[in-house]
Amino acid sequence: MHTAAHAMLFLLPQTTGYIFPNEAEMPWSLLIVVYPYLTGLVAGAFILASLVKVFNVKELQPVYRLSLLTALAFLLIAPLPLLLHLGHPERSYEIFLTPNLTSAMAMFGFVYAWYLMVVLLLEIWFTYRRELIVWSQGERTVMKVVYRVLSLFSVDTSEESAAFDRKAIKVITIVGIPSAFLLHGYVGFIFGSVKANPWWSSVLMPIVFLFSAIVSGIALVTFLYMVLTTLRRERINMACLDKMASFLFYAVILDFSLEFLDFIHRLYESEESIKILSELVMNRLFFSLGVIQVLLGMFVPLGIMVLIRVLRLDEELRKLLYFVAVILIQLGIFATRWNVVIGGQMFSKSFRGLMEYKAKIGGMDGFLMTLVLLVLPFIVLTVLIKVLPPWDRPESVAR
Amino acid sequence: MERRRFVKKSLTLLAEAGVLGGMVAAANKSARAEPKGYDASKHYYGMGIQIDKCIGCGKCVEACKEENNVPRDVAHFRTWVERYVIEQDGGVVVERVDPGSSGSHEPIPNENTVRTFFVPKLCNQCDNPPCVQVCPVGATFKTEDGVILVDADRCIGCRYCIQACPYGARYLNPLTDTADKCTFCYHRITKGLLPACVEVCPTQARIFGDIDSPASPLARFRRMNKLHVLKPSLNTEPKVQYADLDGEVR
Repeated sequence: MHTAAHAMLFLLPQTTGYIFPNEAEMPWSLLIVVYPYLTGLVAGAFILASLVKVFNVKELQPVYRLSLLTALAFLLIAPLPLLLHLGHPERSYEIFLTPNLTSAMAMFGFVYAWYLMVVLLLEIWFTYRRELIVWSQGERTVMKVVYRVLSLFSVDTSEESAAFDRKAIKVITIVGIPSAFLLHGYVGFIFGSVKANPWWSSVLMPIVFLFSAIVSGIALVTFLYMVLTTLRRERINMACLDKMASFLFYAVILDFSLEFLDFIHRLYESEESIKILSELVMNRLFFSLGVIQVLLGMFVPLGIMVLIRVLRLDEELRKLLYFVAVILIQLGIFATRWNVVIGGQMFSKSFRGLMEYKAKIGGMDGFLMTLVLLVLPFIVLTVLIKVLPPWDRPESVAR
Repeated sequence: MERRRFVKKSLTLLAEAGVLGGMVAAANKSARAEPKGYDASKHYYGMGIQIDKCIGCGKCVEACKEENNVPRDVAHFRTWVERYVIEQDGGVVVERVDPGSSGSHEPIPNENTVRTFFVPKLCNQCDNPPCVQVCPVGATFKTEDGVILVDADRCIGCRYCIQACPYGARYLNPLTDTADKCTFCYHRITKGLLPACVEVCPTQARIFGDIDSPASPLARFRRMNKLHVLKPSLNTEPKVQYADLDGEVR
């Protein structure tokens, strides 16, 4: 026992000022940073897809299916960090069986299941149904069975059935937009409703989460579209790329305005917690918030996109700059999640001290596991793209 | 035919609901740790803390760790004692008092010291508990006699309750990987005993009892003192009340 206590002393992070003794261990680690990051990408990618179907943004048609598959790949992995972070993952089913209805977290299972089953899988099925039938006829191997099963043994390829598909997709997308808002707004609510934590407790939290989600989703699909098209040795559709960049530009501005409003509001109200939160921002979060999230993740990409608009740069330079911008934005959004989740646990609820976070390298909630969880969605996406190519035979379907 | 099917279906549904309800009731029952003959409806517990009586000896912390098998390290406490030194220039120095270290750690008042005092801390057993509200599986609950408990067999270890507690009263027990906190020594009080910390306090700085009973020592404490609670603006309605509480204490 004595040695355990001794080892503990070395493991405990550095603190300044006074913290409550039970606060020495950070309850939510790196994995809980990954969770809102992944769900944000899901919601953002879906919103991008819905721009095509509901708002009829024709230029974005080339990335419609890619966005849907991206949303699905990331949604499938999103609950993993939560599960791995539980003290008792084997009891996680209790959230479904005996949910506590006053708990924001208890709603997770239902929001997730609704989004996966009712929105994403249905929309993808209707989008691919007719091709699945066509593909199954052209195949001879195992893939024939796979496509038959995926099409749920549907055989109707008539024009009427295709018309029904289109109508269904439209309806699902219309239901899907509020659902995507719900999915990520809800994640924001989990943090925003914790009144004990002044860094989190804000009515703006779900909305800030939502817009940062849209930013990250569009940036991710732009990145994937550029990389995948180059890998396939095809030409990048510049009208599509410019349109995505344009939406991204406005989304970043909205996201920044909301976060700035939150910042100004806190500063102006200057409540009891303002002193410790200022110390938090100036010391612990200076690099991850000031430099990565705001400077590299917002100002530089915004500058790049303004530059592109003003200078009317040529295609190659535009591609290069877009590519740099979306990577910076992605980095910035990851930092945003870090600043919320880890930042919110770096100050004591006594408002008298700051903690530090040292991520473990190994273990179930360490740095390596985080990397695995960030790579996994891309592996799932690769499989999805192999089975459901988002670009093959684009002429065969007149959508 | 239609009606018969409807009746049959309704009956099945009712039966299923009954079974489910039974399961929930059984689960609730298993969570209770009350001995036979104890009537929870006749009690509603609270604690009073007289700050001016606390000498910072840390006996309560020791007794709590011993009684409740709390990890013997410096990062897990069901109760702890803070020492405040308020200085002339407005500075406030707060430290946790280590059990058994009294005397060696005694602050030396100098000309800059305005006032010093000790503050025992523990779970505030809120009447409007944020931890109970956020628990996704209902593992944290309020008993009929007003105590907030954790069912270690049900807790999934998500730590949301630790985040929701404004007082830092909760921790993840490294032995069970479940949330843990002060129970007012529920296993003792339901047998008519006092919580361990109250039992060992040499100066009777901690007073325990029934809030409603006019004869309890707690009733006298509440009658004789001006009371305050921690972080009242959060509307958690703590059942741990302090007398002589300084405004610097959070």
